[in-house]
Amino acid sequence: MSALLLEQLLNGVQLGLSLFLMAAGLTLVFGVMGLINLAHGALYMTGAFVCAWTGALTGSFWVGLGAGVLAAAAAGAVIELLVIRRLYDRDHLDQVLATFALILIFSEAARAVFGAAPLWLDVPPALAGSVALPGGAAYPVYRLAIIAAGLAVAAGLYLLIQRTRLGMRIRAGEADREMVGALGVDIATLYTVIFALGAGLAGLAGAMIGPLQSVQVGMGEPVLILAFVVIVIGGIGSIRGALFGAVLVGLVDTLGRVFLPAAFALVLEPSAAAGMGAALASMLIYVMMAAILAVRPQGLFPADA
Amino acid sequence: MREGVVSAALLGALLAFGLGAWALGEVFFVNLAARVACVALAGAGLNLALGFGGMVSFGHAAFFGLGGYAAGIAATHAFDGGAFAGVLPGTTSMPVVWLAAMLAAGLAALPIGLISLRTQGVYFIMITLAFAQMIFYFAISFPAYGGEDGLPIYLRSELPLVDASDPLDFFLVSFALLVAVLLGCRTVLAARFGAALALARLNPVRLATAGIAPLPVLLAAFVASAMIAGLAGALFAELNGFVSPAMLSWHRSGEIMVIVILGGVGRLAGPVAGAMLFVALETVIGGWTQYWQGWLGLILLGVVLFARGGLIGALAGPVRHG
Amino acid sequence: MAEPVLAVSGLRKSFGALAATDGVDLALRDGEILALIGPNGAGKSTLIAQIAGTLAPDAGRVTLAGRDLAGMSVAARARAGLGRTFQVSSLAMPLSARANVRIAVQARAPRRFGVLRPVARDAALNAPAEAALARVGLGPARWALPVASLSHGERRRVELAAALAARPRLLLLDEPMAGLGADGTAAMADLLEALRAEVPILLVEHDMSAVFRLADRIAVLVAGRIIATGAPDAIRADAAVQQAYLGVDA
Repeated sequence: MSALLLEQLLNGVQLGLSLFLMAAGLTLVFGVMGLINLAHGALYMTGAFVCAWTGALTGSFWVGLGAGVLAAAAAGAVIELLVIRRLYDRDHLDQVLATFALILIFSEAARAVFGAAPLWLDVPPALAGSVALPGGAAYPVYRLAIIAAGLAVAAGLYLLIQRTRLGMRIRAGEADREMVGALGVDIATLYTVIFALGAGLAGLAGAMIGPLQSVQVGMGEPVLILAFVVIVIGGIGSIRGALFGAVLVGLVDTLGRVFLPAAFALVLEPSAAAGMGAALASMLIYVMMAAILAVRPQGLFPADA
Repeated sequence: MREGVVSAALLGALLAFGLGAWALGEVFFVNLAARVACVALAGAGLNLALGFGGMVSFGHAAFFGLGGYAAGIAATHAFDGGAFAGVLPGTTSMPVVWLAAMLAAGLAALPIGLISLRTQGVYFIMITLAFAQMIFYFAISFPAYGGEDGLPIYLRSELPLVDASDPLDFFLVSFALLVAVLLGCRTVLAARFGAALALARLNPVRLATAGIAPLPVLLAAFVASAMIAGLAGALFAELNGFVSPAMLSWHRSGEIMVIVILGGVGRLAGPVAGAMLFVALETVIGGWTQYWQGWLGLILLGVVLFARGGLIGALAGPVRHG
Repeated sequence: MAEPVLAVSGLRKSFGALAATDGVDLALRDGEILALIGPNGAGKSTLIAQIAGTLAPDAGRVTLAGRDLAGMSVAARARAGLGRTFQVSSLAMPLSARANVRIAVQARAPRRFGVLRPVARDAALNAPAEAALARVGLGPARWALPVASLSHGERRRVELAAALAARPRLLLLDEPMAGLGADGTAAMADLLEALRAEVPILLVEHDMSAVFRLADRIAVLVAGRIIATGAPDAIRADAAVQQAYLGVDA
């Protein structure tokens, strides 16, 4: 039991850190530009498709990974220049609709370019295999690598925002948009850079998920909605809240799916327990979100506090 | 007055289209007209929350789908003699199915609205989306009513003098409900409740200062809006003879929202115009290319960036307040 | 002496170490205009917020016509008889002046949430709303116009009409003269002068000539405390007030 628990804890952390990569970009873009971006999942999908396609073409996962991140960042920069920057001064409804439109366009474009059949990606040889966990279970190295990458990005973002000139401008932009402009910072370029940065992180999350699940059109949307739950729980605009919320959501979701059906099996007959347990497990994070919001409507780490 | 003329003309056009298709024996187009009526009704529901209450709900598919499942479950148990939750037997009586659909949607909307309305702006959008997703995943993973595969409706429901399996009858029933709901909305919105709702949307501080707490007004509108969407879902499921988690999906929420926007937010007949446009695009562009949703995306992007106000805005000019 | 319409007693509110309201007592009686003045940062906004119900006090009581307002929402306080206007007009801009006032009549009507009769033809709502608009000097030609197309001064009047239309027991006016100019200020002062007999007014105002012209009594708030309360002449001569405003030792 303890080996299973440890394995599932790691799975939860791994899901959480993948979600963090998504949520970080969303919350950064909202915090600085006040924009809600539904198309963030499309950038995740872009990263996954380009990584899978390039990886298959070159035979190297690492080339694919780099290409996926760059493609997502580039796609982010392009849509920022063409569409997103017209939305900063619009209300949230317009932002939702325009970025929903972008999802439709991206999804159909991906279908047209890469076809409707899902792509598959192999775990890179360097990260293949598994390590023994205390308690005897074997755990895939690749999942540990995702955890490491997520932690590295979190640390990197922290350093970027706290220690660099760009980070200083980002923090200033969150505090007072007009003032940053008045101080002579090129706001338009700053926004493009931030948006592309968030897009690149989404692309990284998508590229890394390729070896774990099939790469297909629409794959970004469930992740996007989980990322929304994450940033609503964490407090919109807060990177720290995104990290905390992401790991919380990852753990609760993963552990709920494993242990809730088991818990129901103690009181119900097996097939009913499996059905009921699975159904309730899929709702668990939303119930958690509702409970947190009932107590703290601004999330756990409100950005302006 | 001009908006009233445009609204009546749109409804007249839809009715004429359905009747004309029937006269020409084109059953496909009669069903298409019924589809427009169902989708417009769902849009009319969302419009009450979004357009008139200023509540940007991205989760109305939940209510649409719950209405659909209410119809599906009623038909299933009427067929197999079982009972929902062990107590509620199935039925094929149309008014009972409608009532059940509206109640199911309304009962879900009450807690969702209560929690979501504690927040504002972008939080509200994300939370309504998340709650809808919760119901979507529940429908997928709960096996009793078809789970991922959905639920076929073997028994059509019945109304005295009406044969619901007849396309024309079904279109006329859907159309009559759409007209009734639009007239009902018009009456309520022009009355005291509507005045309070307009203030709650435009300036909640003013409403509270006048002595009316905004929250109950908004919640009532949200629940009513969900009930209309639920009714639309019941009709839609019956029209398709099938209900599945796809009716609850967030894409559906987006589509209902797109219909409201294309037609014109906060315009009574906006959803009718939007639904006609949406179904027309789906049918026409979908006939040319399998990538029709991408084209829809481009059109939507164009409307949002360059043509705010939607179809009704273009036809009847900006909103006039009394 | 009759019971005060508004009684504030022992009101306290702190933000961290800052005592924004530090034991405030106020009493306002029928037929009276009480002006609340004080330098910027004295805590006037915090005090207003606690009376209006947007901020809960840490301690103390606010009663309106003998009724304790503790725990009552903004809307409930309005129905209890608190009419207020804002420092920056808060109106529904796309709606007509009449609609902005009508909602206040509706809030006190027996059927607040009717769903059948259109408000546009509801004499029970429109007649009192129009009377209130006329009372504040806004002519019928302006009633149907969207508030957005009215002048700043007219919007102030619409807001005052909305407060009056609810037949309040007390008016809480937050800088009604702000931004009105000399003529506008004089006209608004005439209007308030005429209202004095109808409804008592708690007037928060920076324009000292208006304050000294209108107020029966003046309360001076400095650093969260009322340092002096009295007739205008007494306040003018008060040493503590001079020190607070002029920084001179008397």
